[in-house]
Amino acid sequence: MNVLIVGCGRVGATLAGLLDGEGHSVTVVDVERASFAHLPAGFKGTTFLGNGTDLDVLRQVGVDRVDAVLTMTEGDNRNLMAAQIAKEIFGVKKVLAKVNDPIRAEIYRAKGLTTFSRTTILAVLVRAMLMGEKEVGEVLLQRTLALERELAQAEAREAPAPAD
Amino acid sequence: MYVVVAGGGQVGFHLAKALTEAGHEVMVIESDRRRAQWIEEQLGSVVLNAPADEGRFQLEAGCRRADAVLAVTGDDAKNLVIAQIASYNCGPHGRVIARVNDPKNEIVFKTLGIDETVSSTRVLMNVIEQELPTGGFMPLMPLTGSQLELIEAEIAAGSPSAGKRVRDLKLPAGALIGGIVRGGKVVPAADATLEAGDRVIVFAPTASEAEVRGTLYG
Repeated sequence: MNVLIVGCGRVGATLAGLLDGEGHSVTVVDVERASFAHLPAGFKGTTFLGNGTDLDVLRQVGVDRVDAVLTMTEGDNRNLMAAQIAKEIFGVKKVLAKVNDPIRAEIYRAKGLTTFSRTTILAVLVRAMLMGEKEVGEVLLQRTLALERELAQAEAREAPAPAD
Repeated sequence: MYVVVAGGGQVGFHLAKALTEAGHEVMVIESDRRRAQWIEEQLGSVVLNAPADEGRFQLEAGCRRADAVLAVTGDDAKNLVIAQIASYNCGPHGRVIARVNDPKNEIVFKTLGIDETVSSTRVLMNVIEQELPTGGFMPLMPLTGSQLELIEAEIAAGSPSAGKRVRDLKLPAGALIGGIVRGGKVVPAADATLEAGDRVIVFAPTASEAEVRGTLYG
């Protein structure tokens, strides 16, 4: 799959690494060059320095040729704007926007945009963990833990050996 | 009139001040506490210290009974969301007008349902362009259900396209001159030769707006 990710913070970068590792073709856009440091070592995708809510930037990274656009910046409004541009102006079929404010996530979902809120996902999951309700997030939890182990192991391999 | 001003920056504050002086009732929504306090010192109790991009604060500011909601922060993404949520939450009663900082976003806002936009850059450009041979180049509206837009371009005396036949223009693929407005009348484009003062109506893919501009103005 050909995927464009807007925003290379922790979420965007982890997602980019995950998809890249599975063999998908990934392009990541961010306004800050330093953000690309979040990407895992060995990332084979493309990075592009620019504003993902800018029509010209989106055109330059080939938004009209991707299968999916995932907007993952720290700003709900930027995510909503970039996602709507991808969907309504460039006709991208699969568009997902991270919207931390649950109310805003719901309003735009009602308008036909696929949104999800880290806030409610985490709240529901943490509560289920606390109450031992395994059916709520067991698969999610297992996959999350596996990914975290993988990331930590990769980082340990990268780090120089301790001098003792 | 009752007007909700979303964003208390330079534009929002002076707008609220002018509206108040003209006898209108205003409510400014400003998220920065110190800025909100300062505006309150200047204008009285007409400030809600809250983020304007959250629907409940728009409702608290009374956007249901407002005649207009103005999204005037310095951030286009924020203005878009403020305007969209206001349109969604506040019903058809009031007008929703958004400030656009990057003029490119006018067409974005229109496509995404915000028809009334104001761009200070565009206003100033229009003033200046009357003095320059580039004429006015104005994307009018996107065409729903396609990735096309409608552009109006005024041909000035110095434009490289002035004096050229329409069929000889090298427009980008998919772009078409639909008609020419000359002396208040519509002239069919097919066999016409462009003259200074013509207003050309172009159908073009949104993506090739810059190329159309290049063809007409060099």
